[in-house]
Amino acid sequence: MKELTCIVCPRGCRLTIDDELNVTGNFCPRGAQYAKDELTNPKRMITSFVRVKNRKDTVCSVKTSCSVPKGKIFDVMNEIAKVGVDAPTHIGDVVIKDVLGTGADIIITKNID
Amino acid sequence: MRKRDLVIIGGGSAGMAAAIEAKKNGIDDILILEKDSVLGGILNQCIHNGFGLTEFKEELTGPEYLSRFAEQVKELGIEYKLDSLVLSITRDKLVTYSNAVDGVVTLEAKAIIFATGCYERSPGAIQLSGDRVSGIITAGTAQKYLNIHGYLAGKRIVILGSGDIGLIMARRMTLEGAKVLCVSELMPYSNGLNRNIAQCLNDYNIPLYLSRSVLRVEGKGRVEKVVLAAVDDKMKFIPGTEMEFECDTLLLSVGLIPYVSLLDNIDVKMSSTRGAMVNDQLETEVPGIFACGNCLHVHDVVDFVTDEGRDAGRSAARYILGEVKKTIKIKVNPGNGIGYVIPQYIETDLNHDITFKFRVRKPIKDVFVNFESNGEVFHKVIKPVLIPSEMVMIKVSKDKLANIKGEEISLYLEERK
Repeated sequence: MKELTCIVCPRGCRLTIDDELNVTGNFCPRGAQYAKDELTNPKRMITSFVRVKNRKDTVCSVKTSCSVPKGKIFDVMNEIAKVGVDAPTHIGDVVIKDVLGTGADIIITKNID
Repeated sequence: MRKRDLVIIGGGSAGMAAAIEAKKNGIDDILILEKDSVLGGILNQCIHNGFGLTEFKEELTGPEYLSRFAEQVKELGIEYKLDSLVLSITRDKLVTYSNAVDGVVTLEAKAIIFATGCYERSPGAIQLSGDRVSGIITAGTAQKYLNIHGYLAGKRIVILGSGDIGLIMARRMTLEGAKVLCVSELMPYSNGLNRNIAQCLNDYNIPLYLSRSVLRVEGKGRVEKVVLAAVDDKMKFIPGTEMEFECDTLLLSVGLIPYVSLLDNIDVKMSSTRGAMVNDQLETEVPGIFACGNCLHVHDVVDFVTDEGRDAGRSAARYILGEVKKTIKIKVNPGNGIGYVIPQYIETDLNHDITFKFRVRKPIKDVFVNFESNGEVFHKVIKPVLIPSEMVMIKVSKDKLANIKGEEISLYLEERK
């Protein structure tokens, strides 16, 4: 038996999961899936920023298009730090395709004119 | 003097939602005044995800969430002025603002919506003791430095206060290469969301110390050391419990306060939330001046801010079109266990459902929330868990409201036996 706090939404359900991966305490199915993933292959979304090369003191926010293995968070951060973009930027534009083979793209989350 | 139907002060989540809804309800002459150089308010710097679950059934980052509303504002042709600071308003609804293009301008508005958001409690406000050195900043300021401009405010960080901004910044600064030594919380419980303690602190092994606060800050020119100590149940420091942390920065995440100085200047009645008192139309005691979002009461989730902005936009539209009639005045009192409740008054009638929003004073389990009028409970809701950091919303139907007698109602908690 393991106790977890669900991070899927702001509700933050207290979950328990046993060795056979039976989940209780979840308000929605996504909580059950989260608990199972957390025990087998924990993943996280990453949000950060990239430099905007043609604007002074400006960065543009980015995120992973899906969650990535928890153990790779800092490696992904290093990849994000290597790139820059030019304004204007558009939400959804891909900055890095399939970062470190995780299947996640790094995508722009802010429109800068 | 130029006349306007509706002037909205603040172009963040509340202001944009209010403008869009007023437009949809038949008001064309709308002006949003925004002091920043972009629409969206604080969401511009909230680059983490978790926004929009109620509104869009998906998880967006702050900039993504705001862009959906900014685009609607533009598509609907709603006029907005950026870099425009409102200097004063009057009870007759004259609004004076200034910007670099128009100079100082006074407008006469039929209705005004306040959507000015909130500000962070400062080091002075919590009587922080110790050396007056650089490196003591609010979590939101550090967030702006990092997420808008790309600078880390420090390398070794202690965070005071476990509000959500502090927790989010603990993770953000860790990811960007800083060492976050701990988060210290004065209260015996955290004021942040459980999920943020899990994903921002536990994921990165950042300790959370409850019932502890900053005893003093030490340093010459810059923060060099922060000393924490435990507090007893009267919030007095307990000698011998000191913990020292060598660090260069102290972040404060110690509360948000509605930004209402313009309303204060015209003596609008304020409530214990430090926002204005409002009726069931979100109208302040000055007819035609409305308030919504974090300048009314600080919200936990932006989706609820948007919703409240829409309510204010709809109310302002009805006011301008002359559709609102005030037929009653019933005071809504927060009773046992309730910190505050919105609205504070019911003034139109009892022929519409009303959603009451409130916070509890301390964490409590297994209670009834009772709505009482004239000694009789006319509505009762069971709640398994209530905590101060979660705003509660209870919709009461007009059928139940019809049972109200007299000029006051109260909301209170009753423990289930």
